Amino acid sequence: MTGTPLLETRALTKEFRGFRAVSDVDLTVAQGTVHALVGPNGAGKTTLFNLLTGFLTPTSGTVTFDGQDITGRAPEQIAPLGIARSFQITSLFEAMTLREHLELALASPTGMGKQWWRSVTRMATFKDRAMDLLEQVGLADRAGAPASSLAYGQKRALELAIAMALDPKLLLLDEPTAGMGIEDVDRTIALVKQLSAGRTVVFVDHNMHVVGSLADQVTVLQSGQILAEGPYEQVRADERVITAYLGATHE
Amino acid sequence: MSEQMTAKVDVDLAQPSILSRRNPLRYLMLLGGLAVLVLLPYWIYPPVAMDILCWGLFAISVDLLLGFTGLLSFGHAAFWGGSAYCTGLIATHWGVPFPVAVVGGAVFAMLIAWPIGYLSVRRTGIYFAMVTLAFAQMLYFIANQARDLTGGENGLQGIPRSFFGIELVEEDSFYFYYVGAAMILVGIFIAWRVVNSPFGRVLTAVRDNPARARALGYDVERFKIKAFVISAGLAGLAGGVFAISHQFASLQELMWTTSGKVVLVTVLGGIGTLWGGLVGAGVVVTLEDFLASSGFEGIGLITGSIFVLIVLLFRHGIWGTGRNVLRRYVLDRRKRARD
Ligand SMILES: Nc1ncnc2c1ncn2[C@@H]1O[C@H](COP(=O)(O)OP(=O)(O)OP(=O)(O)O)[C@@H](O)[C@H]1O
Ligand SMILES: [Mg+2]
Repeated sequence: MTGTPLLETRALTKEFRGFRAVSDVDLTVAQGTVHALVGPNGAGKTTLFNLLTGFLTPTSGTVTFDGQDITGRAPEQIAPLGIARSFQITSLFEAMTLREHLELALASPTGMGKQWWRSVTRMATFKDRAMDLLEQVGLADRAGAPASSLAYGQKRALELAIAMALDPKLLLLDEPTAGMGIEDVDRTIALVKQLSAGRTVVFVDHNMHVVGSLADQVTVLQSGQILAEGPYEQVRADERVITAYLGATHE
Repeated sequence: MSEQMTAKVDVDLAQPSILSRRNPLRYLMLLGGLAVLVLLPYWIYPPVAMDILCWGLFAISVDLLLGFTGLLSFGHAAFWGGSAYCTGLIATHWGVPFPVAVVGGAVFAMLIAWPIGYLSVRRTGIYFAMVTLAFAQMLYFIANQARDLTGGENGLQGIPRSFFGIELVEEDSFYFYYVGAAMILVGIFIAWRVVNSPFGRVLTAVRDNPARARALGYDVERFKIKAFVISAGLAGLAGGVFAISHQFASLQELMWTTSGKVVLVTVLGGIGTLWGGLVGAGVVVTLEDFLASSGFEGIGLITGSIFVLIVLLFRHGIWGTGRNVLRRYVLDRRKRARD
């Protein structure tokens, strides 16, 4: 159902000791769309993600998700509502196996994690679903290996699988292709396309090829403020955006 | 590129055990361990054997936090000593069988651990250690002031050791050992269960990457508080048995040096190994006993030096190093079998 907003921020602002990292942001993300968030380094993209997911509390403004005001809630309260995120820097449990990662994510909404009196083998309840997800991202053959043994591109794929394990309404991906070679980038694009079917996605990426291939809608952030917004072709041609990008150092 | 991350204690953990869950060597080791447990009072003076088990469980309780949750508590004397006093008071005034008194002490430890945990788990690393230390010092101060209840500097003396109608006097230490050992065993089993449960899996997630765990919907603080309370209960169980064994609870049990000693025992045994605590306690307690009986004055100096030596030589403690050696051996053999 494209059209109705799933996520809305109003005058969202985050100050770090007087420095406005995110400033008066009104962001609307329609249900079922893939939304790109771009902007030079330090524009406030990650900070915005942290505000949406509760890792940071806004200085002012509101965040509404699925008709609910979630401003100021903690990450562990927001995640169960249906927002899953990935981190800009690969963020895994390095010593755990791939299957364990997915079982942990799948167990989260069931409350099984509270059971201290039962055997950990009960986590195998989620084995089939875990293997399905690993299959989808092409890592099924590595299910029993620790995350630390994966190549970088595989780690990013695992992160996608973990996010999908939460069966989110909204998927937030912070630079899913950062640091990847061209092959991995194309694989990730295909993967995100496949996984995002029927979901709402907001992603940050510096790679315009990624943005162009995935995004229905693009929001450009600069110095914490929205500079431009619209479909990719329109935003790409925008004079202000071109100046912002040429005037800033970026990878 | 900035990322909001939560700081944690950076401990370099030993590799996990290479033995699969059903490896026969595991059962063999378990049997061997139980045999040692049964035979220990034949080899060494029973009260010393009891001390080893008490300190072993105490260290395991610390490892549950340090090795499996990533929290360095420097105030665990509060739970060990708090329970020692509480157990002693219950046994003295209510005349209940001592296992009941010990359970009472452990529950008391958990009750005080809840607010302490609630107030300290927001801090991480050295700050967490400092907050827990501060609370333990507070309890020490209170115990010192409340002379009518605790006996102040004289401690709580002559704690009775009645076991369902039988009075186990000092000469019965041998028999007392087996009852005490059974209680410690229950504590060890609980610790093992917790570590190898879904809850334990979440704890390791919290330890390794708290931000990730939160993004998955796990309430990291609540998990830490629960781990803290469970750990305090185990420390309390150990402290209670210790007090009954000595028929004495003193301020020493609440002192910061006790908190320090148990961390030392844990590190010596191997952080994140669980069983290492028992080995560390075996080394430290027998050594202290040997040095004390030889009339040597500088016990602290010797144990301190040995600690430094072991930590320098075996970075992962005794158990952790043993596990690493076994891993290398098994991997080597597998490789050779393949070639
Ligand atoms: N916890 C913090 N404390 C102080 N300043 C911060 C904090 N987090 C971010 N900032 C600052 O806020 C600004 C925005 O940072 P943010 O990480 O959101 O940028 P970004 O758009 O994600 O950049 P990049 O493309 O490099 O990832 C930066 O100037 C950064 O230094
Ligand atoms: Mg960023």
